[in-house]
Amino acid sequence: MSNIMLYAEVTKGNYLHTVLFELAYKAQQLSEKLDNADISALLICKTGLAEEFKEAFINSGFDFVYIAEDDRLANYSTELYSKIAVDVINEIKPEIVLIGATTQGRDLAPRISSSLHTGLTADCTGLDINEKGQLAATRPTFGGKLMATILCKTMPQMATVRPKVFKPAPENIVKDTKFIYIKPDIDNIETKVKFVEFVKGLNTAINELDSAEIIVAGGKGMKNEAGFELLKNFAESIGACVAASRGAVEMGLAPADIQIGQTGKTVTPKLYIACGISGAIQHIVGMQDSDKIIAINTDEKAPIFDICDCGYIGDVFEILPKLRNVFKSE
Amino acid sequence: MKIIVCIKQVPDTDDIKWTENNTIQREGVESIINPYDVYAIEEALKLKKIVPNVEITVLTMGPLQAETMLRQAIALGCDKGVLISDKKFAGADTYATGKTIASAIKTKLSDFDLILCGQFAIDGDTAQTGPSVASQLGIPQITFVKELKECDNGSICAVREIEEGLETVKVELPALICVLKGMYETTRPKIAGFIKAKNAEISIYSMEDIGLTPEDTGIKGSPTFVSKAFRPEHNRGECEICTDCSSLAEKIKEFGGISNE
Repeated sequence: MSNIMLYAEVTKGNYLHTVLFELAYKAQQLSEKLDNADISALLICKTGLAEEFKEAFINSGFDFVYIAEDDRLANYSTELYSKIAVDVINEIKPEIVLIGATTQGRDLAPRISSSLHTGLTADCTGLDINEKGQLAATRPTFGGKLMATILCKTMPQMATVRPKVFKPAPENIVKDTKFIYIKPDIDNIETKVKFVEFVKGLNTAINELDSAEIIVAGGKGMKNEAGFELLKNFAESIGACVAASRGAVEMGLAPADIQIGQTGKTVTPKLYIACGISGAIQHIVGMQDSDKIIAINTDEKAPIFDICDCGYIGDVFEILPKLRNVFKSE
Repeated sequence: MKIIVCIKQVPDTDDIKWTENNTIQREGVESIINPYDVYAIEEALKLKKIVPNVEITVLTMGPLQAETMLRQAIALGCDKGVLISDKKFAGADTYATGKTIASAIKTKLSDFDLILCGQFAIDGDTAQTGPSVASQLGIPQITFVKELKECDNGSICAVREIEEGLETVKVELPALICVLKGMYETTRPKIAGFIKAKNAEISIYSMEDIGLTPEDTGIKGSPTFVSKAFRPEHNRGECEICTDCSSLAEKIKEFGGISNE
């Protein structure tokens, strides 16, 4: 039986990263094209933590969960985690290994693939099985100007997948999940990288953007700090979260942690309002799956108008204060 | 302390050319130092200021024209340049690139303490080559590094910027560190730097020089390959144009589910 293995990332707060559930639902679709391949998860965590996640695995369509628990694994360690992952993959021999393209995933995945002398496709936004039964991984490249579909000649075929690109299953997929505990073979590893401290971020913009219903994003067209202030005031009047394009971040108008796009975050709000954003593909890949998109731009030829549901051709400096007044007065 | 900074030349223009093998055409396209790698150079230069006897070798894999970029790095304050260049490297994926760079380091620069890389390259944007080099050299890696802090007795503290906050780790050298863009102005070359760069010797090594065979590198040595490259498509309907504030406000209310109450 072939096997699709997903890496179950445990975050600093000791919960499962939600990208696992997005991958799990995508894996169901891939499995159907691979004669119902088994779907397994690899969980590496501190002793006793796996118990808390069992129900989530059972409800997300996993056939097997391989668990490596040890108190030395309480903090993510490239050296220890990659050793365990390589051992498990060599034992189980999955055809496909998928890992969330988080900072942890992007640190771990290339270490595993290099050790296994196999290929790894980075930060994918599309996954499919081709007519030969191979994993066809699609990713934006060159700042998102082109998409490339990448195949892998070796096994396992590995990919990291950008969070929030795929949707989790709309309802539970309950399976008779088998939990298999593995004794991690790490006694002989003397880790060179030692954890010193972790300071939780004070800026919660990251999480707010993930769950925001409406996002108002500013680009280079916001021109200066006063422009961004107008944007913030408008966003506040409709209860929206503020985001920015790479251009605006590079101009110093907004912090990098609210940047949307290929080198920033991917968001999928109910409504995305792009203000003074021309719509470089690098930006579009981060917001194109929003339910509705409204664009405001002076340039009627701006590519953002090709992908929006509603557009306003005009100056953000004029229209944003007017809109704010409309919503403030209501 | 011997530092190797790995840099990559990336196209500066929007003019992307693809070869018939669906890999990126690099020759004949104007190039710059990958912006993330500029910060890797900066971190090396900062260490040079606080640690005695730092020697910085800047290393790249690419076409012969990449020599210009190595001289730019020397003008900024790096000491030596190494270019690994061979037609057979063409089409390498991150695994083959990692192997090629690791082989060059093993054969030509094996006496090193620290390797610095940019976290991403703005063209491929994989963030995989650094860890691949570290893995193939069998040395530890630290990625997503925002800041390098004080070092003592051959170890370095690195602050990693991850989703939930800032993680500080300490590493015994040798190690490979991938850095993010910093929030500071980067160094501008001085006249003396240009003169030094002009006269600096750049070592150029071919595939054979670093002990590799055609099977190890380029397209042949790459487990992955591009099967298809295409322009992104969008399947949203026609864009409806609003011409005044009130109709735009109505659309915002409708799409955003904002009630009048």
